[in-house]
Amino acid sequence: MPVTNVISEIKKDFIYNHLLKGERVDGRTFDQYREISIERDVIRKAEGSALVKLGSSQVLVGVKMQPGEPFQDSPSRGVIITNAELVPLASPSFEPGPPNEMGIELARLVDRGVRESKAIDLEALCIVPGKQVWIVFIDVHILDDCGNILDAAALGAIAALMSTKVPASRFGLGEDYILPIRDIPIATTTIEFNDVLMLDPGVDEEAIANTRLTIITTANGNICGAQKSGTGMLKPEQVYRIIDIACEKAKEIREKFLEA
Amino acid sequence: MDESDISFFKDGLRLDGRRADQLRPIKIEVGVLARADGSCYIEMGGNKVIAAVYGPREVHPRHLQEITRAIVRYRYNMASFSVEERKRPGPDRRSHELSKVSREALEPVILTSFFPRSVIDVFVEVLQADAGTRTAGINAAAVALADAGIPMKSMISSCAAGKVEDTIVLDPMKEEDNFGQADLPIAMTPNGDITLMQMDGNLTPDEFHGAVEMAMKGARDIYELQRKALVDKYSKMVEKTGQEEVHACD
Repeated sequence: MPVTNVISEIKKDFIYNHLLKGERVDGRTFDQYREISIERDVIRKAEGSALVKLGSSQVLVGVKMQPGEPFQDSPSRGVIITNAELVPLASPSFEPGPPNEMGIELARLVDRGVRESKAIDLEALCIVPGKQVWIVFIDVHILDDCGNILDAAALGAIAALMSTKVPASRFGLGEDYILPIRDIPIATTTIEFNDVLMLDPGVDEEAIANTRLTIITTANGNICGAQKSGTGMLKPEQVYRIIDIACEKAKEIREKFLEA
Repeated sequence: MDESDISFFKDGLRLDGRRADQLRPIKIEVGVLARADGSCYIEMGGNKVIAAVYGPREVHPRHLQEITRAIVRYRYNMASFSVEERKRPGPDRRSHELSKVSREALEPVILTSFFPRSVIDVFVEVLQADAGTRTAGINAAAVALADAGIPMKSMISSCAAGKVEDTIVLDPMKEEDNFGQADLPIAMTPNGDITLMQMDGNLTPDEFHGAVEMAMKGARDIYELQRKALVDKYSKMVEKTGQEEVHACD
């Protein structure tokens, strides 16, 4: 079963009453992200890493690489494997054990962003066609879930990949080199509650809204991934509005934090 | 093989002779399983999918039960022989994700508050896969829920749009899905409230708009077929029993 955060009725009312006045409980506007910080190369043992803070949410992403066998249908392309651990230290509602649905969905969305935007030049990761290619392991470690860990994880993944060095010398495959990155996918998540659309939901906002839509955009402003989640419904007009906001926000985040 | 190696259109028509905005042939049968409370078999092009609904029934394990409503469980499963290269049996990460979003596609219309402390189980088996199995599964599951007599606010219909050779196409088939540029499945109520939306590939915001509109049009057509399949089954039952009382399910 999905992990859910329990929220008291009185808190729910409090948030709702704020919404009616056009306000959010932490004083943000509806399309405002919490403060973002990205620290790269925080784990020396990893080929690439990034610690992302989105408000109080903290997500650590590590990238490891090793040579391995390619998939049969893409013999000369590197392989991406994305995993997410929702470890129990991050939230009272996370439990130890194999990834649940929520963890799997998160990992697959982070993967979708990296894969569909063609951010990694997989052709450049071929060592011996059909025999040996580089496998890129993207591991997402959620450290503190204060809401919207998906956007933080996706941001961490691309930031970590952008700081990744291919460890060729360790495997006797020549000199180390920078992992070639061709695009910067950004995921933005919006929740809908009583026809109010809010970007970057905090943990309490996530608990009151039962519909969210994540849009992943590429550097040229195209959409490379989308996912509606939760047990609510969205009007097509709401979807289009979310896309407009998402494209704009993603551009801001990309320019400010990743293209420097 | 790359997308550039394939031509998806011949004389303005797709590889299987469809127009860009045309669905594959669809066949829906209601009540195909004797033991299930509700069931449905659907063929959408080369997809063959069967759905069964059990419940509302007691929840096991009991700690999952909710005191104010029924919980909904949805299991999407692919038969190992349903695809070209044998699929390892059992759930994988993809089927976990599809089960989650499919459940969330149906749950908004199910009146779960009518059945506290119970579960409505939806089981979907993909017997033959040809791109669009999640949408076929949702279409079958929605009909099976109605067949099981589960109170619902409305039907749910699901359809995908894709992009090949920079053209938006409805209901992509295998080749278009594998070598195409994007895939956007949706599910919605007949009123156009969207309950499932996923997308991968590459679309401009305008193309995204167009793909959503096209998929919604497809879903509307599928709704008519779902409705007809249900009406057909139950009107036949009335004819058979004549003046007698009609018992649900059997």
